[in-house]
Amino acid sequence: MSDARSSILTKLRATRDAHPLPPPASDFAPIEAKRWPPEERLPRIRRLMEAVHTEFIDATEADWPVVLREFLAREGVESLLYAPATEAGKRLVEGWESAANPTLIPYDRPLEDLKPQLFESIEAGFTTTRGAIAETGSLILWPTAEEPRTLSLVPHIHIALLRTDALYDTFLQAMREQGWAQAMPTNVLLVSGPSKTADIEQTLAYGVHGPKRLVVLVVHP
Amino acid sequence: MDGNAPDFAAASRAALADPQLRGNFRRAMDGLMSKRAAQFADAGEWTGVRALAASVRLRALSKLPELLEKLEETCTRNGITVHWAATTDEANAIALDILHRVDAKLVVKGKSMVTEEMHLNAVLEKDGIEVLESDLGEYIVQLDGTMPSHIIMPAIHLNTKQIAHLFKRKIKDAESREDAAYLTDLARRVLRAKFQAADVGMSGVNAAVAETGTLCLIENEGNGRMCTTVPPVHIAFMGLEKVVEKLEDVPPVISLLPRSATGQPITTYVNMISGPRKDGEKDGPREVHLVILDNGRSSIYADPELRDTLRCIRCGACMNHCPVYTKVGGHAYEAPYPGPIGKILVPQIEGLAKRGAMPHACTMCNACVEICPVKIPIVEIMGRLRVEAVKPGGAVKDGGAKASRTEAMVWSGWAAMNASPTAYRVATLAMSKLGNAAPSSLPLLKEWTNVRTKPRFAGRTLHDLARAKGVPDV
Repeated sequence: MSDARSSILTKLRATRDAHPLPPPASDFAPIEAKRWPPEERLPRIRRLMEAVHTEFIDATEADWPVVLREFLAREGVESLLYAPATEAGKRLVEGWESAANPTLIPYDRPLEDLKPQLFESIEAGFTTTRGAIAETGSLILWPTAEEPRTLSLVPHIHIALLRTDALYDTFLQAMREQGWAQAMPTNVLLVSGPSKTADIEQTLAYGVHGPKRLVVLVVHP
Repeated sequence: MDGNAPDFAAASRAALADPQLRGNFRRAMDGLMSKRAAQFADAGEWTGVRALAASVRLRALSKLPELLEKLEETCTRNGITVHWAATTDEANAIALDILHRVDAKLVVKGKSMVTEEMHLNAVLEKDGIEVLESDLGEYIVQLDGTMPSHIIMPAIHLNTKQIAHLFKRKIKDAESREDAAYLTDLARRVLRAKFQAADVGMSGVNAAVAETGTLCLIENEGNGRMCTTVPPVHIAFMGLEKVVEKLEDVPPVISLLPRSATGQPITTYVNMISGPRKDGEKDGPREVHLVILDNGRSSIYADPELRDTLRCIRCGACMNHCPVYTKVGGHAYEAPYPGPIGKILVPQIEGLAKRGAMPHACTMCNACVEICPVKIPIVEIMGRLRVEAVKPGGAVKDGGAKASRTEAMVWSGWAAMNASPTAYRVATLAMSKLGNAAPSSLPLLKEWTNVRTKPRFAGRTLHDLARAKGVPDV
């Protein structure tokens, strides 16, 4: 036990006990009251996210790989990093011709082996999401061993697959219904647009350090 | 004035004489105030979520020692190494130990006010380690060789033209373009190379969750994610008050922080880190360290009235709404935390001998209290610090350091005058007859008349005027 630890905790405990502060009750009702009809959640998410330069593409369960491929070809994207072991990754590569653009690059190595390519040449990264939040227009990203964190961070374009069966009203509701507190992964993220800054005279500029573009591929049932 | 103490009055005079600076702040703060107001247009929602967030912070403080122990336990279980530092020197030593062990040459940092408090960059540079601020505002300020002037927007004191000139001078191959998009892209290119090469990433912590051992960081740029994901080692620094009890306590804080700070519904990224890279994971740092810093906070905690200072979630809304901050800007305070929260926090951390002037830079207008998302009674604490600055024996370090014999005599005379009806009548009569003859250069009076017209005493006392109106005297 370090001296600092012991002395800090001893002092805090002694002074708190000398002047106890009864813990106040926390009434979560003001957040729990934030509700939107299910059919309004996606339009709201879309409106809020488009207001901060997020792009949306609509697709279905049957055609989303084709829709994505056509979008990337149209945008002239030449390389797409993806997670080969995920279900979505497996669907993505089905029918992808080896000569077709963009070139698919599997994230199948540790970051250290991929770093130069990741930072210097890969244009886009593809991830799934664990849903989205209507209140703020936020995607929930849940990186895993199969789907690494940097997929949604380093490439200039981040493409996120969003299924419409996991739309929540609030961050609190998503956290409760998905049981986050029982098993937090190494990293959880809410992502609400492409990277941005207003540090230069409050002028909004996109793509300062993270992705310059965020594209949400909405998979409708 | 202590020779080493910042001279707030002189710095304020210099700031007030700089129309460019005043214009930059005025524009920025007006914009932030209106954006914040738009976010809280629903008064009922504001009241409810604010009460909830205040209860979250108060509940955390009510269990602070237990929650810190729990945080240590859950973080350790998650593989995060927890360090404790009583002083900034200890925290810097912990950082240096880690950096030396991994032979770090290059550090990238996300925004962290605690490391400003520690003067960490100077310590690392002295040790020969390159340290790069990666938040664009912090990067600009670092290039400029100055300090942040706002806790949320560090370079708010500079305009695009000034930043363009700075980049032209400091960045190789920079073009001379007064264009925010170009300048942002230029910084992106420089910093991406640094993220890739860095040995260690550093960050602050917006909230640390005791229940799950999770470090929450919010940001817009992605630099915080870069610093906490790409380098092989991540060191996070937090003041010991940043702990919250449960994961569910995070949403109320996240709901209010960006809305209060910049008027955004949420920041682009809410980043929740619960450990280093696990077996089988392909990225993320292999080591995560959490440094918990006291630096006077346990003394603030010891006093039941001053303890409320530790509720702060560092949104900066108080400075955006402060009539003093808005006029003089952040640099005048010469402190890691400027504005209203700085005026109560910094004197408690650094002592009243050095910082006793700060609580006086307040009009007591209560604007900061009205918008504080966690209901800190800033003005009450400010009053308490003013008293302690002149009265030895209080709870705050260096209490009584600003005691002045003249001021004490004046107040004691004032008290005596008001305690005796006869003395009061004689004094007010004397003021009404002779007060206007007093020269402007009198001690205390001259502090007022230096910048304002000398007040004129009425020819008749209030009691006289009341009697003339038929109001019976007591």
